Amino acid sequence: MALSAQQIPRWFNSVKLRSLINTVQLTKRFTRPGRTLLHGFSAQPQMSSDNCFLQWGFKTYKTSSSWNSSQTTSSGSQENNSAQSTLLPLTNEQSEKTQKIPSFDSEVFLEELDDLPPLSPMQPISEEEAIQIIAAPPLPPSSFTLRDYVDHSETLQKLVLLGVDLSKIEKHPDAANLLLRLDFEKDIKQILLFLKDVGIEDNQLGAFLTKNYAIFSQDLENMKTRVAYLHSKNFSKADVAQMVRKAPFLLNFSVERLDNRLGFFQKELQLSVKKTRELVVRLPRLLTGSLEPVKENMKVYHLELGFKHNEIQHMITKIPKMLTANKRKLTETFDYVHNVMSIPHHIIVKFPQVFNTRLFKVKERHLFLTYLGRAQYDPAKPNYISLDKLVSIPDEIFCEEIAKASVQDFEKFLKTL
Amino acid sequence: MRSASLSRLQGLFAVYKPPGLKWKHLRDTVELQLLKGLNARKPPAPEQRVRFLLGAVEGSEEKELTLTATSVPSLTNHPLVCGPAFTHFKVGVGHRLDAQASGVLVLGVGRGCRLLTDMYNAHLTKDYTVRGLLGKATDDFCEDGRLVEKTTYDHVTREKLDRILAVIQGSHQKALVMYSNLDLKTQEAYEMAVRGLIRPMTKSPMLITGIRCLHFAPPEFLVEVQCMHETQKELRKLVHEIGLELKTTAVCSQVRRTRDGIFTLDSALLRTQWDLHSIQDAIQTATPWVAAELEKSLSPGLDTKQLPSPGWSWDSQVPSSGEGC
Repeated sequence: MALSAQQIPRWFNSVKLRSLINTVQLTKRFTRPGRTLLHGFSAQPQMSSDNCFLQWGFKTYKTSSSWNSSQTTSSGSQENNSAQSTLLPLTNEQSEKTQKIPSFDSEVFLEELDDLPPLSPMQPISEEEAIQIIAAPPLPPSSFTLRDYVDHSETLQKLVLLGVDLSKIEKHPDAANLLLRLDFEKDIKQILLFLKDVGIEDNQLGAFLTKNYAIFSQDLENMKTRVAYLHSKNFSKADVAQMVRKAPFLLNFSVERLDNRLGFFQKELQLSVKKTRELVVRLPRLLTGSLEPVKENMKVYHLELGFKHNEIQHMITKIPKMLTANKRKLTETFDYVHNVMSIPHHIIVKFPQVFNTRLFKVKERHLFLTYLGRAQYDPAKPNYISLDKLVSIPDEIFCEEIAKASVQDFEKFLKTL
Repeated sequence: MRSASLSRLQGLFAVYKPPGLKWKHLRDTVELQLLKGLNARKPPAPEQRVRFLLGAVEGSEEKELTLTATSVPSLTNHPLVCGPAFTHFKVGVGHRLDAQASGVLVLGVGRGCRLLTDMYNAHLTKDYTVRGLLGKATDDFCEDGRLVEKTTYDHVTREKLDRILAVIQGSHQKALVMYSNLDLKTQEAYEMAVRGLIRPMTKSPMLITGIRCLHFAPPEFLVEVQCMHETQKELRKLVHEIGLELKTTAVCSQVRRTRDGIFTLDSALLRTQWDLHSIQDAIQTATPWVAAELEKSLSPGLDTKQLPSPGWSWDSQVPSSGEGC
């Protein structure tokens, strides 16, 4: 590693006395961690908060003016290596830590040489010194879970209180590293205030951040430009809030990408600007998802299922989810509804909800109605049953009103299928 | 509490598998529903941990430092940090059903999976209703397979069908005795045969212990089959062979299992009932029957080996097979 390569020449160039100091420091570090820290940090005030020991643990790995910045970045990447890299052995880590100390400032150590107390652990010490020893178990240098660090990091605690699901974020090691190294006051607060400005409520922030943890590495100015762009396209503030809430990755997209996407939908569906806007507000994941399934589904509707263009437009404005539906399920549902239930195109267009329901539901209800002799889907004839009543109402109401039978009869029928 | 609901979730229960659903998807769906129910419980109160903090003692002349023990809330076991309490649950499947067949499917949860092996070793019979369609023959014996042959079926009557079914039952009766490896000359074997059916307690090909026609309206007919060591494909092949015996052809349009051991259609759970509470209730109801049945089949003594046959006894079959032959 580059770090140790830098360290080694310095280590070997030092005077014998200095190497003595360093070994002394080594053993000191091993025996009395808490105490020697306070020695090293002469300017550090005595903090009686819980975060004392652990902030030290983090400050060694953060960019802080007293430390060499090259050391901290590489050690920072060392510290929070989770699943991707193997766990570093503890001794290696500690020896790295100790190697850093000598290069810090030789003067401090020469000073300390004079008031170094003798080093035996059996040495009696005063009551005050004894109290100041913090002998808590050290933080693991790398872990696969954020559980080990949550009690020691204010950032993580505040995120949990907001409602962010850390168990999902720790599955992405880069994200977990990022969150550990961020400071709540400096970085995260700005972004949270920005999100509140956009219109996301407090109780919705948790779900949003669980999905889009990458927002912390985004540039705030860029995101403000994107929101301004959406406002310029006549999306109201409430619209933008709803879009960002339902599609958390929206603000990670650049302005040109958003522009391209909006243009694509307008051209492809040939809808008016107002209707495109409504469509995108209802289903904002059209802007963040891939465009290939949408193109494929449009071809399926037009060529395979045989709907005319204005029919497709009507269906999509009613049920935007049809644009991203699974092609196989679409064709199976259409095959059953059109060929087995003998429902013509113009009636299917009036009730596109049938493409949004599970096929087994449509099948079971249709077979029950056929068994009862009530399967009549032609509006011209009496006792007509519309498709939306067939699929969109719950079982009890369906049995009572449409089939005019009890739920027990329906269940008995289902067991004969 | 959590452990009480978990302890009620060990055992066997039956599910009605609808046609068109693979048994593996069904098992996965049931597991997901159970996990959803188990994880929906209220999380325990947040833990506290003790930290010793340095602080100044009040009322002293000098600034004296001392350690005070304080209880600080700990977030280590918070659900948002650890994830859901349950991520996996052991759900096992008994005698499988293929995708197009429907009917009673026995599932085991937790420690009940062990009982599944015991149920398998008890070699109990299963009841099926098989619907056939005369006049067609396909390559996979199903209605939607590739058509091989079309025939007329005007000459087929109910009487002919009953005769064929009786012949089938008779030939399978012989096979039953042969595969059960019993010496019929002994007194115990005779007593067993008198009391109930002898059946093989080891692996054997499909054996039909009872078959009769429930409904005959050409081209459709409905046949009830009581069998063991079967697969649904062999049952469809049976329909095809019945067609051939009738000097016409037949395909199978529905295979439905109505009973698997002691689990019948009444106790099978429908899709809307695949949730934690209904499954727990079903397990509670089924546990005593399962225990009694397994004790009966595994206990020593040949005279206790009886087949459970609720519904219809096969004594009614004997006269027709006698007349038919």
